[in-house]
Amino acid sequence: MDIFNDFSIGLFAMQAVILLVLIFLLGKFAWKPILKSLDERETGISDALAAAEEAKKEMQNVTADSERLLQEARTERETLIKEAREMKDKIVADAKEQAQLEGDKIVKQAQATIESEKKAAVADIKNQVASLSVEIAEKVLKEQLANKDKQLALVENMLGDIKLN
Amino acid sequence: MNIASKYFSKLALLIILMSSFQGFSISGDEKEGHSTEDGGKVNTKEEISDYIAHHLKDSHDFHLFSYTNDAGERKHIGFSLPVIIWSSKGLVTFMSSEFHHDDAGHTIVERKGSKFTKLHSKIYELDAGATAVSFDEEHHATNAHKVLDFSITKSVFGILLAGLLMFLGFRSLAKGYKKGAIPTGVGRVLEPLVLYVRDEIARPNIGEKKYKKFMPYLLTVFFFIWILNLIGLTPLGFNVTGQIAVTVCLALFTLVVYITNGSKDFWAHTLWMPGVPKILRPVLALLELVGFILIKPFSLLVRLFANITAGHSVVMGIAALMILLKEDFSTPGATGISFFLTLFLMIIEVLVAFLQAFIFTMLSALFIGMAVEEHDHAHDHH
Repeated sequence: MDIFNDFSIGLFAMQAVILLVLIFLLGKFAWKPILKSLDERETGISDALAAAEEAKKEMQNVTADSERLLQEARTERETLIKEAREMKDKIVADAKEQAQLEGDKIVKQAQATIESEKKAAVADIKNQVASLSVEIAEKVLKEQLANKDKQLALVENMLGDIKLN
Repeated sequence: MNIASKYFSKLALLIILMSSFQGFSISGDEKEGHSTEDGGKVNTKEEISDYIAHHLKDSHDFHLFSYTNDAGERKHIGFSLPVIIWSSKGLVTFMSSEFHHDDAGHTIVERKGSKFTKLHSKIYELDAGATAVSFDEEHHATNAHKVLDFSITKSVFGILLAGLLMFLGFRSLAKGYKKGAIPTGVGRVLEPLVLYVRDEIARPNIGEKKYKKFMPYLLTVFFFIWILNLIGLTPLGFNVTGQIAVTVCLALFTLVVYITNGSKDFWAHTLWMPGVPKILRPVLALLELVGFILIKPFSLLVRLFANITAGHSVVMGIAALMILLKEDFSTPGATGISFFLTLFLMIIEVLVAFLQAFIFTMLSALFIGMAVEEHDHAHDHH
C-alpha cells in the first residue's frame, strides 16, 4: 500500500511535538486570555441588559406611582371644590334666611310703633277735640246765654258732627 | 491593529528575505540526467501523474518552480531545508541541497561513514559496502533501508509556519482585549471564528458544564487544520493535511483526549452496558471499544486525508488539462477551459478547507462529548 509506504514516522513525531507545543503555547498565551475576555464581556453585557430591564421596571413603577398620585390629587381637588361650593350655598341660604327674619322683625316693630303712634295721635286728637269742644262750649255759653233753646240745639248739632267724625 | 500589522509586515519581510536569499544560493543545476531529455518539462500523461504524485508527497526542499535557461541548464527556484535523520551511525544532519534535487536515488551523500540517498521523497541509508543503489524489477531499493527522518521537510515547515501565524494572530487578539472589549485589526476577523468554534462546535456537543476544558484543544486543532488547508491552496504547494502522518497524529490526539477524559458513566456504558442481557454485554463492549478506539479515529484521519488529497489531485489534474487538451482545442482554448474549471474547483476547495476543519473539530467535540457525558442515574435504581 502506497499510503503505508508514505507514512513517515519522523513527520508524525514532528507533528505531534509541534502540535503539543502549539496547544500548550496557544492555550497559555492566546486561548485562555481570549476566552476569559469573551466571558467577561458576555457577563458584562448580560449584566448591563439585566440592569436596563430593572431600570425600566423601576421607571414603570415610578410612572405608575406618579399617575396614581396625580389621580388622587385630582379627586381631592374635586371634593374640595364640591365642599366649598356646598358651603357657599349653605352660607348664602343661611344669610338669606337670617335677613328675612330680621326684616320681618323690623317690619313688625315698625308696624307696632306705627300703631302705637297712631293710637297716641288719635288720643291726642280726642283730647284736643275735647278741649276744643270745651272751649267752643265756653264761647258759645259766654256769647249766647240768652238764647237757651238755640244754644242747646247748637250743642246738639256740634256733638252730632263730632260723633260722625 | 498596530501590533498585528507590525507582526505581519515582519513576517512578510522574513519570507521575502528567505526566498530571495535562498533563491540564488540554492538554485543549482541538475547533475544527474534523469528524464531531462526535454529540459524536465511535464508534457505527457505519465509525467503529469508523476508530477501530481510527487506534489502530494512530502519533500525535503522547498521548491517553487523550475525552468531551463538559455544555456540549457535546469534551474530550480526555492530553498533547501535541513535534513535530520537517525541512522545506524546516530544523528546525521545536512542540508537537502546536498541531493541536488535528485529524487531517484542517484546522488549519494556521505556522512559519518554512511551513505545516504533520496528516493521518492524518502531518505535511505545504503547498506555497508554498497556504493550505489540497486533496484529490483518493481524499482524498490534492494541494498538500502529507510531511516528515521526527523527532517524539517516542507510539511514540517508548513506546520511551523501555520503555528507561527496562529501564535501571532491570536496573541494579538488576546492582547487586543487589554485595550478594550472590542478587538481591532486582525482580531476583529479572528474573534467571530473563536466564537464560532465555542458556540457552534464545543458548547452544543460537549455541554455547558465541561466544554471549557477542551476549548484549547478544539480551537488549536480547528485553526491548525483550516490554516494548513488554506496554505495548501496557495501556489507554495504545501500538502500538509494531505499527509497521512499528520492526520493520523491529529486523530490520535483526539483519541487520547476523549479516552483520558472518559467519565465513569462512559466506561460503565461502554464496557458493561446496563439494561442488556448479561450474555450480550461482552459483545457490546467489544463493539463499543472497537468503535471508540479504532473506527472513530480512523474515520477522522481518513476523511481529512482523503478530502485534501483528492482536492489537490483534482485541482492539479484539471490544471493539467491545459497541456492535455492543447492538441484538441489549441493553446488558448485549452488554457481557457482549464482556467475556468480550475477556478471553479478552487472556490470549492476553499469551502472544503473550512468544511474539513469544521468537521474534524465538530466530530472531535462530539466524541469528547460522548465520553464526558454524565447520565441520568434514575434508571440505575430498579
